[in-house]
Order: sequence, then C-alpha cells, then structure tokens
Amino acid sequence: MREIYYSWALREAMAEEMERDPNVFILGEDIAEYGGAFKVTQGLAEKFGRERVRNTPISENTICGVGVGAAIVGMRPVVDIMFQDFITLAMDQIVNHAAKFHYMYGGQCRVPMVIRTPAGGGRCYGPTHSQSLEAWLMHVPGIKVVAPATAYDAKGLLKSAIRDDNPVFFVESKLLYGIKGEVPEPDAPDGDYTVPIGEAKVTREGAHLTLIAYSRMTGEAEKAADALRGSGIDCDVVDLRTLAPLDGDTVAASVEKTGRALVIAEDCKTAGVSAEVMARVSEECFDFLKAPVRRVAAADTPVPCADSLEKAALPDAQKIIDAAVALLQQYP
Amino acid sequence: MDLSPQELLPHLRMMLLIRRFEERLDELFASGLIKGTSHLYAGQEAVAVGLCSVLTHQDYITSTHRGHGHFLAKGGDAKALMAELFGKVTGPSKGRGGSQHVADYRVGFLGSNGITAGGLPIATGAALAIHLRQEKNCVISFFGEGGSNQGTFHESINMAAIWRLPILYVCENNLYAMSTRYDEAFATPTIAARAAGYGIPGEVVDGTDFFAVRAAGERAVQRARQGEGPTLLEMQTYRYYGHSKSDKREYRTREEEAEWQSRDCIEKLRLSMHFSDESLHALDAEVLHEVDEAVEFAMQSPEPAVEEWEDVVYA
Ligand SMILES: Cc1ncc(C[n+]2csc(CCOP(=O)(O)OP(=O)(O)O)c2C)c(N)n1
Repeated sequence: MREIYYSWALREAMAEEMERDPNVFILGEDIAEYGGAFKVTQGLAEKFGRERVRNTPISENTICGVGVGAAIVGMRPVVDIMFQDFITLAMDQIVNHAAKFHYMYGGQCRVPMVIRTPAGGGRCYGPTHSQSLEAWLMHVPGIKVVAPATAYDAKGLLKSAIRDDNPVFFVESKLLYGIKGEVPEPDAPDGDYTVPIGEAKVTREGAHLTLIAYSRMTGEAEKAADALRGSGIDCDVVDLRTLAPLDGDTVAASVEKTGRALVIAEDCKTAGVSAEVMARVSEECFDFLKAPVRRVAAADTPVPCADSLEKAALPDAQKIIDAAVALLQQYP
Repeated sequence: MDLSPQELLPHLRMMLLIRRFEERLDELFASGLIKGTSHLYAGQEAVAVGLCSVLTHQDYITSTHRGHGHFLAKGGDAKALMAELFGKVTGPSKGRGGSQHVADYRVGFLGSNGITAGGLPIATGAALAIHLRQEKNCVISFFGEGGSNQGTFHESINMAAIWRLPILYVCENNLYAMSTRYDEAFATPTIAARAAGYGIPGEVVDGTDFFAVRAAGERAVQRARQGEGPTLLEMQTYRYYGHSKSDKREYRTREEEAEWQSRDCIEKLRLSMHFSDESLHALDAEVLHEVDEAVEFAMQSPEPAVEEWEDVVYA
C-alpha cells in the first residue's frame, strides 16, 4: 500500500481503464495539458494523446450529449464537467437522454458513460461554484449516482463506473482532492481492484447511534464519531458511497442495531439526499427506532462566499457532535 | 440523373409508403384507436427518402418528434412502427417510447426524440465515435427549423466543425414550428447562411425535389466520408397536416397549403420518372396493403406486461 491523493486515485482509474479498453476516452473543458480545473486529468493527454483526452468548447449540454451519442454506438466516454454547478446547463442531455435511452428505446441501446463533477463548498468559491446537486440526479430513474469519500473508493468506484453499462453521475468533493489515502500499488495482486456500485460501507462501529454520510461528510462524521466516543456515545458510521441505487440494507442493519439515526449531507436540507435517506429509515426501521431520525445538512441558502458565512451554512464535525449529543440527551 | 427509373422505383415506393402510413395514422387518431399524440411527416417525404438513399445501414441518423418518415426511410419496419404507435410490446421500444421515441439500432436509426433539437448532440457524439475509431461511415442529424434556434444547434455544429466530424446537419425548414412562422423566429432569410459562422458549407435545397435532395446529400456525405467535416443543409419543405393531431392550422392559409401541394414531392418524382397513372395505382395498392398489414399486426399484438422496473430501467 501507498498513500496517494484522492485526485491521483481518480487519474489512475482513468489511465488504467484507458489502457485496458480502447473505447474509453475523456471529454471536457480544459482537461488536456491544463489538466482540468482541479488537475485531476493532468498528464493524461501526454500519455494518451489529444484524441482520447479531448478538450471541448464551453458547451456543457452538448458535451454530455456527445458522450451519450458516442456511448450508444459503443464507446465509453468519461465526461468532465468542470464544476457540478454547471450540470444545470446539461440537464436536458443528462435527464432526457442519458438516463432514458436504454429504457425508452426498448433496451436496444446502452449508455455506458460517466459524468465526473467536482461538487461541494469549503473553498469560498461562492454560490455558483460550491453546490451539491446530487439529489437532483437521485430523482431520475436510469442514472446511477456515486459519491466516494476516500482515495481507495474514488479509484475503485470510478473504475466500476467506467465499466458499468449505465450512465453514472460521479460526485467528487473539491476538498477531498488534496486528501491522501491508502491505495494498492497498480502492479500489486489487488492493484486492479474495483469497488462495487450500490454498496455502502460501515467505517466505524458503535452501539448507540448511526451516522449516515457520503463524500466529504463521511470524514466529518468519522471525526465526530471519534470525538463522541470520548463522551460515551458510540457511533456506527455508514458511508453510503453510492446514492443511487441506495444501499438500504446496510443502512437498515445499522439502524436496527443502534435504534437511532443521524443523516449528514452537504447538500441543502429541503428535499435533499438526507430527506430520501430519512424516509427510507422511517419506512424500513420504524419498529427499531428509539428516537426520531434527524439530520445535519446544509442550510437552505445559496452557498455563501465569505469563509465565516460558508462555515455557518455547511455541516461539519462540530455540528454533527452537537446534534448527536442533543439527540441522545433527549432520547437516552 | 444517375438513377434509372428501375432504380428510382424503391424510392418512389418508400415516399408513397410514408404518405399512406401517415394518412392512415391520421384516421386512426381521429377514430380514437391510437392514444397519445403524433406529428405527421406527410409532405416532407423527399427529404428523408432522398437523404437516406445515399446512406447504408452502417450510417447513423437521429430524428425528431416528427420521425416516422425518417424511421421508415432508414429501413425500419412499418409493422413494428405501427405496433409502437398502438402501444404494443412488438414495437421497437416495446411500447415504452411511442411515436416520439422509437429507434431501430439494426439499421442505424438512433432514435426519434421528444426534445426539440435534442438529437443534434447525440448525432455529433456518434460522429465523434466514428472519427475516433477511424471508420468510414457517417451520420445525419435531422431537425426542424424551430430546432435550429436551440443552443444544441450552435454547440453541436461548432464542435463538429472544429473536429471535422463526418456528419450532415439537415434542417427541415417547413416554415412553421407549431404555430410560429419562420419570420417570427428568424431575422435572416435562410438558416443555411449560419454555416459561414462555423466555417462549414451550407446549402439551401428544394426539399420537394427528390433529385436535388439526393444530390446535396451525396455531396455532403462524400465530404463527410473523406474527413472534410460537416455540412449544413436547409431543406425547404412543408408539412401537410397540422403540427400534431389537435392543430386546426389557423396560423396559415388554405391557399398557401394548396400552393405547396401543387409542388408535391411524390407527384414530381413520379412525373420525372414517366411513371404512368396505372403503374402508380398498382404501386399504391401494394403500399396500402402494407399499411393494412401493419395495422393488423399492431392490433393483434399483445399489450406490454407491467414490468419490474429494476429489470428494465438499467442495462
Ligand atoms: C425542448 C422542447 N421545447 C418545446 C417542445 C414542444 N414542441 C414540440 S415540436 C415543436 C415545434 C418544433 O418545430 P420544428 O423544430 O420546426 O419541427 P417541426 O414540428 O416543424 O417538424 C415544439 C415547440 C419540445 N418538444 N421540446
């Protein structure tokens, strides 16, 4: 094992899949020599050439549509959308085309395509460059939504996403790019590992409370769990890893054990990812619950720019700790 | 012209088949036998048939909400199409798609599309795949003049021009987008003129003239196959029916309709082939029989069973 950055793990996944399968190619704005806005694709153009690491004009809707068109005739495009906020420009091709073609043409075609999107706040980029819009895509049948929290999962899930025959909306956290994690050497026996789409993972174990999170919030939940242990509250942490299809079984198994659930998500609270997870827990675990299901999510406001305001709007470990303590005080 | 009357016959037959298919659909909708909505292609047949006559099944096309003509011209099966319109499981989309969402991947028909100008990026992506695989086939993206005011028109043509992709952008200018007349939505006399803005050739073509359509298609397809990049073709044409089944056509005059019908594409092709009235009657009877058979097939076909969505929504 070695420690590499989350962003390097993503780059390795793309490089290895491009080597493995000539149908894989990458498409996006400023992804070639420039390496993308967050340098995730750096070095790939030099290695694979500008045909397969293809710079595009600034045309998000058509970039995604071109991905769909190439996918239905046998290619495996990886589309790079510079900031997740910009999928607003591409929603037609994602929602009405990528997600529907397999179903609406009677199964005649497949859309094996990945849309990679740097999401979330914490960098003071302001309202149009900090959003977490993944719940929108969870709402659309036909597209999978994946949101890894670690370098290991980032690489393994991106490989799975590229090999998947469905469109996959891949949520990356801008703040995670610079975080290191253990990833096997590519030439190690398990070097070509993948992480299956649709499986959550329990990353901390405890008897009193289940913290359910994904992407960057998994780390915050783990920090909170470690701190709470000191005050006698033992937490399970469930890292969802995939948002659609949601791994309800892993969530339910944990909540049935602890009887309490706190859902943590970086997207806005109202009708966000947390709302769906809470609904599932209420539907499936009612008999086991000792307390209402609660959440720590982003405020229902645009993500503000100023550091102080942004911190106030977004969830973090301290807010998770406060919510957990309050929950256990109220429902001991 | 390069084709003998013998060689022209299948094209005349196809145009006639599309016409009769659409006329029958109009009746079927009126009688309530088919639900939903439909956009009929009658009047524009020379465009789909003329252009598809220069393609093979290895070439791809994308279509629009008004896609029955493209589907049939590309080699799709009339029975299957009718079954889809009846919402039957024997349709190419198994009843899930309906009129605006049919495809036939065996013949390179990548799909009609309920989103105005949604097909342009898809076609552009298929052309990029051809380019990356260094194949020699090409793509036609059909869309209406209304569709040419969507952003995808600009984004797609620009991308294809930069990358010199093997694709034809075919704008079927039938003068009206629903009720919106051309001059209400365009400040320039032609759409083809926009090609200059992308550094590619653009051409206005008489879309009622099979030979003119085919010749323009041949030039553009040759250009595409030789790696010289995309072409924008503006086919000037007219739809005979209303926009969709509920349209009373109050935005245009009966005189204007009669004027266009006097230049009917099927009649023009027939005359140029010196195809006699009798021969036409015989051909017509054959085609009508095919339409009857399609309706019969559709009516006899089973309804789709309610599906386990997990099994069909994802590949
Ligand atoms: C994105 C989108 N906007 C609006 C519509 C509704 N609509 C369907 S067809 C149509 C007119 C299209 O006109 P044109 O592209 O010229 O094609 P035509 O109907 O003339 O064949 C409209 C507005 C739609 N289906 N999709």
